[in-house]
Amino acid sequence: MKSRLIGWSIAVLVLIAAPPLLLAIGQPFYLDLVRRIMILAIAAISLNLILGYGGMVSFGHAAYIGIGAYAVGILGFYGMFNGWLHLLVAIVASALVALAIGAVSIRTSGVYFIMITLAFTQMLYYLGISVAEFGGDDGMRLKRRSHLGIVDLNDPVQFYYVALVVMLVTVYITHRIVNSRFGLVLRATKSNEARSRAVGFSPYPYRLTAFVIAGAICGLAGALYGNHTNYITPGLMSWQQSGDIMFMVILGGMASTAGPVLGAFVLLLLEDLLSSWTQYWQVILGPLLVLSVLFFRRGLAGIFYKPDA
Amino acid sequence: MLEVRQLVKNFGALRATDGIDLEVREGETHAIIGPNGAGKTTFISQLAGNLRPDGGRIVFGGEDITQLSAPRRARKGLARSFQITSIYPEFTAVANVALAVQAHASHSFRFWRDARRDPQLLAPARRVLEDVGLGARANVLAANLSHGEQRQLEVAMALATRPRLLLLDEPMAGMGIEESQRMIAFLATLKGRHTIVLVEHDVDAVFRLADRISVLVYGRLIATGAPEAIRANPEVRAAYLGED
Amino acid sequence: MTFALVFEQTLNGLQLGVMLFLMAAGLTLVLGIMNVVNLAHGSLYMVGAYLTVAAFRWSGSYLLGVALGLTGTLIVGMIVEVLVLRALYQRDHLDQVLATFGLILFFNELVAMIWGRAALFASGPSWLQGHIELFTGSRYPLYRAAIIVVGLMVAILLWYVVTRTRLGMLIRAGATNRTMVAALGVNIRLLYTVVFGFGAALAGLAGLLAGPIYNVQPGMGELILIQVFVVIVIGGIGSIRGALVGAVIVGIVDTLGRAFLKPLLGTLISAPAAESAGPALASMLIYLLMAAVLAFRPQGLFPARGG
Repeated sequence: MKSRLIGWSIAVLVLIAAPPLLLAIGQPFYLDLVRRIMILAIAAISLNLILGYGGMVSFGHAAYIGIGAYAVGILGFYGMFNGWLHLLVAIVASALVALAIGAVSIRTSGVYFIMITLAFTQMLYYLGISVAEFGGDDGMRLKRRSHLGIVDLNDPVQFYYVALVVMLVTVYITHRIVNSRFGLVLRATKSNEARSRAVGFSPYPYRLTAFVIAGAICGLAGALYGNHTNYITPGLMSWQQSGDIMFMVILGGMASTAGPVLGAFVLLLLEDLLSSWTQYWQVILGPLLVLSVLFFRRGLAGIFYKPDA
Repeated sequence: MLEVRQLVKNFGALRATDGIDLEVREGETHAIIGPNGAGKTTFISQLAGNLRPDGGRIVFGGEDITQLSAPRRARKGLARSFQITSIYPEFTAVANVALAVQAHASHSFRFWRDARRDPQLLAPARRVLEDVGLGARANVLAANLSHGEQRQLEVAMALATRPRLLLLDEPMAGMGIEESQRMIAFLATLKGRHTIVLVEHDVDAVFRLADRISVLVYGRLIATGAPEAIRANPEVRAAYLGED
Repeated sequence: MTFALVFEQTLNGLQLGVMLFLMAAGLTLVLGIMNVVNLAHGSLYMVGAYLTVAAFRWSGSYLLGVALGLTGTLIVGMIVEVLVLRALYQRDHLDQVLATFGLILFFNELVAMIWGRAALFASGPSWLQGHIELFTGSRYPLYRAAIIVVGLMVAILLWYVVTRTRLGMLIRAGATNRTMVAALGVNIRLLYTVVFGFGAALAGLAGLLAGPIYNVQPGMGELILIQVFVVIVIGGIGSIRGALVGAVIVGIVDTLGRAFLKPLLGTLISAPAAESAGPALASMLIYLLMAAVLAFRPQGLFPARGG
């Protein structure tokens, strides 16, 4: 426990100190990069809830990033720039869609579940492409960033700290959820479904609830991401994006609090590094990912300490 | 307490459960025996709710539970232990039992409080572990327990749900002689306080523990009665001896 | 919306269905027998398309191009099976999804490196250009008609192999009970390799057939793969019959939906509303269909495994 707290404290301090340092040495690009990593880490944390702790291989999680981002974009399109409204709509819309998709998908399991979640996300992607008003395939530019009042998202440093705070709050909330009674049932059902049913737990309501919570949190990440990129395209919901988030969860170490954050940093920093070498960086990343799955199962967090139990 | 009427289960052309009528009285320990392939586990699975019967009814405490799912039956007080150990390997022994306690403590849609240290869950869990003889091993990961200890954990989890009826599917499976004796002695302490349906191969255990015995052969119940009557029953002897 | 038009679109739907079937048959067998989720199946489709285009251009002969393209795809498939898939048979589905996802990234970039990111122009052979006369009086592209014929021939061939040969018996047995087949002493490794090879060849065939009609570009495999998943979910895992029925249903529903939903809606609601709702709804049609099938039969219409 102690070592974990120390590890987190160091990480948080580094992240807090980063902006002034990076600006001082004249590297504002990295401010942007770290901010992007933290926002996607929120998405990874949400996926970890259902994948790492719940054992649900949901391949369509990027859908909620898209929903959150489009919530911001569409509301802005109609002249509504209130950031709190944006966040509310992003979260509620994502939760509702997750409820709809989850209600149908969670009745299946195994391979069917994977294919179905992927299919539904693709459906949303096609929906995004076909609605020409909002840019269709090309996407839409944000007219204005969300207006939050207490902070100005147009200031890169302020936005950075917003992302940092939201990420840390998400980490904490998820930590409480997975160790609560609800979380224990979710983890038990992943560990041994037959035993859980024999003892009196019906898996379906718990899994569906977790699915909705994860969708809602990811929608929040989407709203932030839309503001970050300033440009909203259906590509945010692509399955490459879903795969990326899954890898963040796996690489970091499933079923651990630090895992998704670690994974996000490692994967995205790696992508950034590789893309500076060649435009065909995925030809290197692809095999690296394959190798990591074949040989490197437990993820990075597993190196540092034992998994939560 | 438990009434089974004309239970039927077919797997294609195989009639695994062939019109079984059974009655289990409250407080009794009712053993089910039979040669291999008699359909004992199929029968238990239908009682517990893991298999849907093709015909017949199951009435538990006066209520028809034939269409209820396994979790619902468990919540009504029907607890089951598995023949092939089915526990939570990555959780400690006490955490395993605490989950069983939690299943019966109203709903689990609580998202904030730390349930790992909740005394309302841990205290009863530790008590059950003590009863079963695993008190000293409470904080050991279930995967690290010996086979015999895991079988004890199976029974502990069933007990922790404060059941009205215990379905024990070969609790001594794979146990050595000493461990079996300990388990039998423990099960004996449950007699009278719980209603138990016990599926077992261990004839010694069956005759020591059972108030009544039912014999299953090829999916049919060929005899029910007190141990001595069963021992003397010529059909039963034919079924067992004929198997050799 | 004349009958001739509807019939023509139905034929298009059948053509799409046939191509989906070629992909789905291989994938459902791999899923059913080897219990492996192979996302890179779409990559084999893409490889088939690219290799055939390249071979056709280089040799000038369409048939030679096809032969080289198919052989090349088969070889690539074998390499993937030996290097990556073999290690995945014992792993859980999550690992398989992730590893084959990595393969997708690799193949997409590799193809982009060699042939660029822009779509390639692929033409069919000159002897398949032109049209045929339909009984409705309208003309239908010869090439698309040829695809339908080829697809149906493959379906018949597969039916023959699966129901009348020893290999087919092993395949059906493996789809229903994999462990039993292994226990019976069958050379599982060899069976897996053969099944995977079948699947790769079928994917490559679908890819080369697709070339002249759809865009030959990096990522083309993933577009069709999702529709293939829908087919398999609807048809049931491990079942070729399910794959055929599912593919035809999906192909026809999707094509007719895209063609006629907007005008149909236009008769019910205002034109501008239909203009945006039409395409949107049409693109969602097959997924809604999938959800509907799942609501009533979660294992699909013709699941190979016993209920």
